[in-house]
Amino acid sequence: MADLTLEHVDAGRTAVDRPAAETRFRRAVTSQQARRRLRRLARYAVMLVCAVVMIGPFAWMVLASLKTDADVRSVPPTLFPDPVTGGNYTRVLDAFDFWRFTFNSIGIAIASTVLQLVTATMAAYAFARIEFRGRNLMFGLYLATMMIPLQVVIVPLFIEMRNLGLVDSYAGLLLPTIVSSFGTFLLRQAFMALPRELDEAAFIDGANHFQVFGKVLLPLVGPALATFAVFAFMATWNSFLWPLVITQASDQHVTLPVGLSRLNGRFSTDWNVVMAGSVMSVVPIVAFYLFTQRWVIRSVAFTGLKG
Amino acid sequence: MVGVSGWRKLGVIAVFLGPSLVALLAFSIGPMVGTVWVSFQEWNLIRDARFVGVDNYRELWGDDDFRRALKNTLYYLVGYLPLVTAGGLGLALLVNHKMRGIAFFRAVYFLPVVTSWVVVALLWKWLLNPSDGLVNWLLGLVGIEGPGWWTSRAWAMPSVILASAWKDLGFVMIILLAGLQSIDETLYEAARIDGANAWCQLRSITLPMLTPSLFFVMVISLINGFQVFDQVWVMTDGGPAGSSSVVVEQIVKNTFSYGRAGYASAQSVALFLIILIVTAVQLRFQKRWVFYG
Repeated sequence: MADLTLEHVDAGRTAVDRPAAETRFRRAVTSQQARRRLRRLARYAVMLVCAVVMIGPFAWMVLASLKTDADVRSVPPTLFPDPVTGGNYTRVLDAFDFWRFTFNSIGIAIASTVLQLVTATMAAYAFARIEFRGRNLMFGLYLATMMIPLQVVIVPLFIEMRNLGLVDSYAGLLLPTIVSSFGTFLLRQAFMALPRELDEAAFIDGANHFQVFGKVLLPLVGPALATFAVFAFMATWNSFLWPLVITQASDQHVTLPVGLSRLNGRFSTDWNVVMAGSVMSVVPIVAFYLFTQRWVIRSVAFTGLKG
Repeated sequence: MVGVSGWRKLGVIAVFLGPSLVALLAFSIGPMVGTVWVSFQEWNLIRDARFVGVDNYRELWGDDDFRRALKNTLYYLVGYLPLVTAGGLGLALLVNHKMRGIAFFRAVYFLPVVTSWVVVALLWKWLLNPSDGLVNWLLGLVGIEGPGWWTSRAWAMPSVILASAWKDLGFVMIILLAGLQSIDETLYEAARIDGANAWCQLRSITLPMLTPSLFFVMVISLINGFQVFDQVWVMTDGGPAGSSSVVVEQIVKNTFSYGRAGYASAQSVALFLIILIVTAVQLRFQKRWVFYG
């Protein structure tokens, strides 16, 4: 833009050159604009196609959940349900207590998130602000546990819960999820970013570690807390293997993913019923995502910065 | 610290670290030790455990089922990694622009990530249903006869891979987008002045500067990939005829269906070692290709 204006000014010096230069200038601008507009249009087109691929299956799921048995199996497939029926949702609720599954999922996810926040922020404060011998070693131990996935310890963990009498209980479902070394790491970073002068001033005023932690530093790491909270909530909400293993016997403590897989076990070929159950289990988390989108994206982007 | 005695300080540390440390010992470190211990036992979880030394490991070495599960897990990784990395990179480049509605598109691409594996697996099981699934019908429109997908031995793993890549594309996109946005804009300006075209800029600036993010995607995807379970369990249950059997699925079945907790633990230890070694190798060789500007 800058050189174009210059050219314009230059062209104004000689009267003869002026019209020719101006047309050249205009033509250059318009063709460039046209090209840019075309490119942007192409970009939108590609984005739209991708959007259909990503969101189309969800739309198809919702439509199928409203179709009758004959409708959902028809070849060629029909796009819109005709007639629209809510019967599949009734069949889901008749077969399984999906409301209960939903409340179980919400309750466990909230409890787990709160507990993870508590354990992680407290450990993070100790690692960031209290000096003691063996601190780095201890922190290394915490980080090392990130390399132990649940899949690897599933057998002893189940035995442990059985010995504690916690199979088929909320406590059994919840306990293994209450600590996150990743969260400890994330919050330690947040505490370390705060200036030391803050705690020093508070200590001089006679505060102890608990007051510095709770009243001075904790209010300042709000964004990190929110970031980790949505991360923890979604991870717990979607976890499958542990709930599957620990809720084997009854339907009472089942969460949505496990409930949905049981529904599939009973209605394996009734896709409209299975899709109705899927819609019911997807709506809460999608709503959660829409309200916390900013933090969700941030938490994922942050996991990337770790590398 | 400020005038506190040693015991008092220990008490403070205990309060702050106690909850997390106890939980880590009880639910992570302890069970890890437990896994190793159980792997030397024969145990159906009902009768008493019986010490059998390294028998489980010896059996593991010659077990065709475990070998097949390991092979399928590798097959999964080989199919899934390039798909999700290339696709995620494509999406990231696509949405790395200031345009109207861009936030909407990013949100849409991310939607499958927040959905549970069970939903994604069921959804794709249905879409890939050979007889009346949408995908085969669409393929039929362009004159291709669709395969049997998860009902066929050859196509069961590709079905799982396809569904998994679709779910994780948005995750990779966001990681790489964060990487893209941290690239210094002046590099591109300098390149443009030197007359570099878009392709040139992608190859000489974007990709090298993005290698730390790509490296992270690789490490995370490999760690997660070795643990693939949910989608297999729901879509194929390891079938047909074991053609999509994977390691964690073997662990779960050995423990809870075949009453072989000891043997399953030996498999767990093997899985842990594989993940550890692969991650260590990746960290070791990152200098060869990762550029930390």
